[in-house]
Amino acid sequence: MGAHARGPSNLRLVWVYPDLLSTYGDRGNLLVLERRARLRGIGVEAIQVNADQPVPRHGDIYLLGGGEDLPQVLAARRLRTDAGLAAAAAQGSVVFAVCAGYQLIGAEFGGDKGQPVAGLEILDIRSGRGERRGVGEILADVDPELGVPRLSGFENHQGVTRIGPGARPLARVLTGVGNGDGTEGAYAGRVLGTYLHGPALVRNPALADLLLSWAVGTLPPLDGEYEAWTARFREQRLAAVPVG
Amino acid sequence: MGKLPMRARVATTLGGAAGRMSRLAGRGDGSVIGGVIGLRVEPGLLSLLAADRQVVLVTGTNGKTTTTRLITSALSALGQQVASNAFGANMEAGLAAALGAAPEAPYAVLETDEKYVPSVLQATNARVVTLLNLSRDQMDRAAEIWLVARRWREAFEAAPDCRVVANADDPLIAWAASGAHQVTWVAAGQRWHEDSWCCPRCGSHLRRDDLGWRCGECEFSRPSARWVLDGSSVIDSAGRVTELSLALPGRANRSNAVMALAVAEVFGVSPAAALQKMRSVTSVAGRYTQVERDGRTVRLLLAKNPAGWLEAFDVLDPARAPVLLSVNAQVPDGRDTSWLWDVDYRVVRDRPVFVSGERGLDLAVRLEADGVPFELVGGIDEAVSRVRPGGTLDVIANYTAFQQIRTAVGRAA
Ligand SMILES: [Zn+2]
Repeated sequence: MGAHARGPSNLRLVWVYPDLLSTYGDRGNLLVLERRARLRGIGVEAIQVNADQPVPRHGDIYLLGGGEDLPQVLAARRLRTDAGLAAAAAQGSVVFAVCAGYQLIGAEFGGDKGQPVAGLEILDIRSGRGERRGVGEILADVDPELGVPRLSGFENHQGVTRIGPGARPLARVLTGVGNGDGTEGAYAGRVLGTYLHGPALVRNPALADLLLSWAVGTLPPLDGEYEAWTARFREQRLAAVPVG
Repeated sequence: MGKLPMRARVATTLGGAAGRMSRLAGRGDGSVIGGVIGLRVEPGLLSLLAADRQVVLVTGTNGKTTTTRLITSALSALGQQVASNAFGANMEAGLAAALGAAPEAPYAVLETDEKYVPSVLQATNARVVTLLNLSRDQMDRAAEIWLVARRWREAFEAAPDCRVVANADDPLIAWAASGAHQVTWVAAGQRWHEDSWCCPRCGSHLRRDDLGWRCGECEFSRPSARWVLDGSSVIDSAGRVTELSLALPGRANRSNAVMALAVAEVFGVSPAAALQKMRSVTSVAGRYTQVERDGRTVRLLLAKNPAGWLEAFDVLDPARAPVLLSVNAQVPDGRDTSWLWDVDYRVVRDRPVFVSGERGLDLAVRLEADGVPFELVGGIDEAVSRVRPGGTLDVIANYTAFQQIRTAVGRAA
């Protein structure tokens, strides 16, 4: 879509269903995108859409967070009925989904009793329940196509995800579980999902910038105090977690 | 309780000896190790130790230790010994140790970890279960809270003699408690709403107004309460208004106190008698303690999760005193610091903020995003040195960070 298609208006960040899909620090992704856009002089309109409201179709970046089993099923059902998110994705809006949100933008996922639940089908993945919960720090090397350095994050899920021919793995797992087959996350076009839960973009500012650039075009690099703290934090986490 | 079978007596004796040795060796208060050894000898120890006693369980995400202490104080008005795990050892071993340490006490008030409520309820045949609140906490090791609520509900359905004293203002608590045969509803308030936007029964949106909450779709709504926290006072079942006047600070502690009054009533202790005892509680396992350090006053607040931080901010010195925020991510804290992004730190913008702890950088990035100026310091002493002599430093820390600071400033106070 790029900056021109957006016109003079603000960058519209849409946080989808924080009432159902915000288990643990998901607000961080919204705050980081907002902050990194503003530091570059881009105006931001942050929109929170609860599950009893329609999802606007004119957003630039849509964010979906994690959720417990039952809220995840409810969110998928409502989003399918609403159809706004799928329409926005089809028009080329950016979608960034973590954990439960990642599963539900796919074709299918495991529900609260393990039953298959229909997802939104905006990313060609299918998820189910694994044998055991993957809980802990995760490291993964991103698909070189995307030009994003090593991912660092925390995962806490029992999902197993298979990637279909219409999507590519986001990264290759070095430490942790990810999709369960040595890959982590998936992307296709401007839709990107990951098992790095909660504030995944805080530790991975380059991924945040990738999403922003998909929406607004090439971005100037950031410097200053914010980037200094972020860089120190990221280095500390990368140093603290052994590879493999 | 002179009727313990031999195996249980051996188990408590061994457990007691191990507890004493643990204390002598300087490892904590010895309460857990004694229980662990006792339970190894006699797995049914908890139910044997609880037999013939009137047991109160206290559970919830926040306020367990303080409420346990307040109920214990209130029941002391009965003039008999009350057993309690006062130091927060809240799994089976800690509970067994507390009962074993007070074999003659006819009453027991036991802080109970959320996950263990069903098994402990069954083992102790508790007369009262006190349900404070449920919110996100240490998600890397704790069960999801909707699941916790469901397990509680099933446990209460199977325990017809148990009375549940429940916070009606917390929808998830109300849903769990409404499975019980006997309930005392308490309007104890709920400041943290982020985990209860949706109806626990049907998943639809909850509507909130001054009177509480109700589901937009099904019939589920806030039960009418027998006890109501109203600002700094409590309105009891007879409509009498009593000023709480606690020594403990903050809204969360007033909420805990009202829950304690409702439990005390079950045992025939009047609000006046209960409050008289509860007002003498000034600190609980180091929380709310004030210590002098290098000519400054340091006040210690524990906050372990987003709802807890929200309540801790409420207690901060109103005179814009400097505050030290300290965060670790050891196993007891939860290894995952994502929750920092669920806390709104903008409320401390207008006071000097110091940051420390093993995960101080997580906090630094978080504060930066909220536009809160801060200074990263090496620890409590560096923060104290930045405060003017005679001034006050408030400290908010999560579990192991709190223990480290408490050790550093000395446990004497
Ligand atoms: Zn409902």
